[in-house]
Amino acid sequence: MAEVKKPGALIGTPFRRVDAVGKVTGRTLYADDLVFPRSVHMRLLRSNVPHAEIVSIDVSAARALEGVVGVLTGRDMPEPFGILPVSQDEHALCLDKVRFVGDPVAAVAALSEEVADAACKLIKVEYRALATIAGYDDAIDPDKDLIHAYGDDRNFHKKLSMRFGDLDAGFARADLVLEDTVFFEGNTHLPMEMHACTAVPEGDGRVAVHSSTQTPHYLHKALTKVLGIPASWIRVIATTNGGGFGGKTDPFNHEITAAKMALALGRPVRIALSREEVFMCHRGRHPTLMRIKTGFKKDGSIVAQHLKTLLDGGAYGSYGVASTYYTGALQCVTYKIPTYQFDGARVWTNKPPCGPKRGHGTPQPRFAQEIHLDKAALRLGLDPAEMRLQQLQPAGAVTANWLKIGSMGLGPCINAVVEGSRWKERRGKLGFGRGLGIACSSYLSGAGLPIYWNHMPHSGVQLKLDRSGGVAVFCGETECGQGSDSVLAACVADVLGIELSDIRLCVADTDLTPVDLGSYSSRVTLMMGNAALQAAERAKELISGPVAQELGVPAGRLVFADRRVFDSENPACGRSFAEAVVIAESKLGTLGTTGSYTPPRAPGRFRGAGVGPSPAYSYSACIVEVVVDPGTGLVHVPDVWIAHDVGRALNPVLTRGQVEGGIYMGLGEALMEESAFRRLPKKLSNALVHKFPNMLEYKSPTFLEMPRIHTTIVEDPDPNGPYGAKEVGQGPMLPVMPAVANAIFDAVGVRVDQVPIQPWMILKALAEKERGGAGRFGPAEFPAVDYGAALHVPTPEEGGDGKARNADEVGIKGGTMTETRKEIR
Amino acid sequence: MLRLPELDFLSPSTIEEALQMLADDPSGTRVLAGGTDLVPNLKRRHQHARRLVSLGRLASLRGVSGDPAHGLRVGAMTTLRSILKNEVLEQHWPGLIAAVRSISSPVLQSMGTIGGNLCLDTRCTYYNQTEEWRSAIGYCMKEAGDTCWVAPSSSRCWAIAASDAAPLLCAIGARVRLASTRGERELAVEALLCDDGIAYLSKAPDEVLTDVLLPPAGTWKATYWKLRRRGSIDFPVLGVGTALRVGKNGVVEDVRIFLGAVASAPVRALAAESILQGHILDETTLVSAGKAAQEVATALDNTDFTMTWRRQMIPHYVAGTLRELADLPRVGLLGADGLEC
Repeated sequence: MAEVKKPGALIGTPFRRVDAVGKVTGRTLYADDLVFPRSVHMRLLRSNVPHAEIVSIDVSAARALEGVVGVLTGRDMPEPFGILPVSQDEHALCLDKVRFVGDPVAAVAALSEEVADAACKLIKVEYRALATIAGYDDAIDPDKDLIHAYGDDRNFHKKLSMRFGDLDAGFARADLVLEDTVFFEGNTHLPMEMHACTAVPEGDGRVAVHSSTQTPHYLHKALTKVLGIPASWIRVIATTNGGGFGGKTDPFNHEITAAKMALALGRPVRIALSREEVFMCHRGRHPTLMRIKTGFKKDGSIVAQHLKTLLDGGAYGSYGVASTYYTGALQCVTYKIPTYQFDGARVWTNKPPCGPKRGHGTPQPRFAQEIHLDKAALRLGLDPAEMRLQQLQPAGAVTANWLKIGSMGLGPCINAVVEGSRWKERRGKLGFGRGLGIACSSYLSGAGLPIYWNHMPHSGVQLKLDRSGGVAVFCGETECGQGSDSVLAACVADVLGIELSDIRLCVADTDLTPVDLGSYSSRVTLMMGNAALQAAERAKELISGPVAQELGVPAGRLVFADRRVFDSENPACGRSFAEAVVIAESKLGTLGTTGSYTPPRAPGRFRGAGVGPSPAYSYSACIVEVVVDPGTGLVHVPDVWIAHDVGRALNPVLTRGQVEGGIYMGLGEALMEESAFRRLPKKLSNALVHKFPNMLEYKSPTFLEMPRIHTTIVEDPDPNGPYGAKEVGQGPMLPVMPAVANAIFDAVGVRVDQVPIQPWMILKALAEKERGGAGRFGPAEFPAVDYGAALHVPTPEEGGDGKARNADEVGIKGGTMTETRKEIR
Repeated sequence: MLRLPELDFLSPSTIEEALQMLADDPSGTRVLAGGTDLVPNLKRRHQHARRLVSLGRLASLRGVSGDPAHGLRVGAMTTLRSILKNEVLEQHWPGLIAAVRSISSPVLQSMGTIGGNLCLDTRCTYYNQTEEWRSAIGYCMKEAGDTCWVAPSSSRCWAIAASDAAPLLCAIGARVRLASTRGERELAVEALLCDDGIAYLSKAPDEVLTDVLLPPAGTWKATYWKLRRRGSIDFPVLGVGTALRVGKNGVVEDVRIFLGAVASAPVRALAAESILQGHILDETTLVSAGKAAQEVATALDNTDFTMTWRRQMIPHYVAGTLRELADLPRVGLLGADGLEC
């Protein structure tokens, strides 16, 4: 294994975030704070019907309104776009049909937001209604209208099936086979900052788009495609995001429309979405119905698992193909699962599109797996924590579905929470109404493959050093609150032995900074961090030569620390960092270096192997204590113990912050958050609307609901991570939901096999138990879905080579990321 | 961003001036108190106004005065925050303090007023939505539409009373004073609030609610319990205001129980009261009273949680108020502010 880099003076310390003062004092400029001379205001007219063909759009009255300067409709931007190459199914403004309440139909730019709003109301759209596809039942119904003209099978966007190893033989060896049907409701990101954007025309047909996006590079690509102008004419600047959580990782219709409008008018065009519009942008958690079947030996070891998932994708593709794969991708990286089958499908419905929310596709099956294991432990008479400890994947293992694990600190994580919560003394002994539950999880430190196939780096960093002693760092990375700016500055400062205040950052600007793919899939610390280390090491090398010559010592003896470059054997012999740069600049001319990072190639060679590989996997274990009131079903969470294997905490305070944020979001998903919809009575109306697209009625926990959080940071350095670091942005949220469910069982002896767990569900389960039933609330059955023939992939244990045995026999349906790879090649 | 419609903002400096402004155009003018309900409603275009008459400059409508022995007067423009800080109220009507403390969040309490909370518009998840959202359901009976989507065959609107102060003020028999250019009148809070989602106030459009009049507490004790999702911010999905007078022998001499958020106005739980009246307040009687209270509620699917469960919660919350007032130990985890451990 490669050696893990040792930190200097900064890394591993609780240094202050580079953006802290600006944010705390209100000086940070978010997208909505930007003001450009001669700006006009844009509003979108959105569909108020869930599914219809557009018969006509009459914008004449809107155009005629005083103060209106521009009106656009779908015809002005007919080129489709979408985040995935295989799902180019969105239009900046709907062309010929609308697919959900909130789909944008027309855009108006005016001298004020009020006039733009008033003009939108003057636009007359004639619709021809189509059947409303509200959920799974409608989507599976073969007689219903189609939402899209492409996909795997009518309203199925995606279907897939893959089998790893001899599943039947696996189940045949089982002493216990458990089956569960589980439902995970959809929910949304709820960033404090609502999406906003200003597009500024720069003359010569160029345009700059300042936007609250987590993925400026992908937005740049979508703008290039739809606007039909050279990529080099478009500049995307991602402003600091006031939270993203995956909600700002797609290119959005309002961004593209603003750019088009700005080019058309020759004036800056700004748009700030309302909270309701943010609910319409969505891209949140997919509602997912799951059927999980697992074979266990008496000792708790797993011999086989078969998982089926069915995702309600909403109206567009978004990341959906990847999301579907992700609902099966990470099941095998925590515990040894020698044979595994995964069948996944995503349907389209007339609702805001789902996409990647923190955990992207993995919280749902993780919930299913972890409550399932709890039940198995009970049936086998095993301690659920102990049973998990015995089944851990070893470090360096390759899973049945061909994921290569690096460092693996889940064991110490489990031990830490077991000890912290006094699990062994307290579990099952807290009396009726109080209980403890455990769950574990793992997450990617960045997706192994980019969203579109290419051989270029995933992250690039460029350094400029000059006689001032300051170092300018250029990188396409995007701060979304997670602290990536601070990680970037700290990695460079740590290597060069200078202070954070010596670093000037220039980030997330497609004109000025090297490409970084964006703030998604927990990739930034690992990928950007490695690129930054490479650039900084190269700068160190560049400076070392001339300085060593000047000092008359071997370059290998030079140390960069305390803003100095000096001889390790004679610290007095040295120069200040600024002087060292002057020496190097005098000798070599203008100084600059670059660094870049490309993830290692993953071992899987089958269709679908592109989703799941990562340079490193983080691990988390969580124990939740609950108090359940059996009279009302109300649940209170007084304490949460969590341990997270982050490889190396580059900054322990920021690491803890991410862990606590994950707990908050996890408790919301466990107990209250849901993207609920109203389907009006079918005889009276076609309407299908988000039930409460606002922050008052969409319930998310407040400070008052937060428990005491007992965090342990476990550091099992991964050879692929910068200083051994792995992710912390998403993983710690994943075990919270199943740990809550398991704790509720420990407290009152009933199972709620779905989230959010609502008080009436607990009461129903309690009542059922009292009547002599199973004491369970959850989905009754899993619909009959034909997932098609499975791809057969022998496992590493069986001597497989990572390829499918029957790749030629299994018909390709729809698109996958690996197919796109073939096309682009 | 949602923006206010264009309107005239009037800021009278005397009550007489304010009343005249209302009399000039009663149908197009609305009274602005703290604005925490009205402003978002105007932004979402489900309440309308050509003119707003702000009562902000009328010092006479602010503050608590009077002799506790003969009854206190709380100016309608007194902010919820000043009520919470008022020692006389705390001493004589701690139940009112409990109700006011449960309203929204500290930030809104410093803007919101007691009069505003009493006149709070009724709420419904089909109604408290933006213009665009409501156009997608073809609007509803309460604003611009014909159907009550909560009960499509019903001829009335089922929006719910969401005031936390109202059930408590009804329970203690508080009254309000209304003024207009036509004169002044006084009526019971109970009579101010009507069980109709649309015509939920008996106040005429040209009238201003000027004072809330509290009866002398005497031997009355009162409290308010609120069910909501979170410990702050949320409107009630059930509120129970209970006032009780127990004789020296432990026998209930008088009791008044009002349920909030289960109908378009606070509902009096008469059956529960009669179970308690003249009896010793013990665990058995209070549990039966709680069960009886459930009968008057018509919980519907127009707010948070399911209607069945909200209705199931009534006995727990009614019993909870009674236990608190009778100094009986709590059962389960329920406390006035939701769950406590």
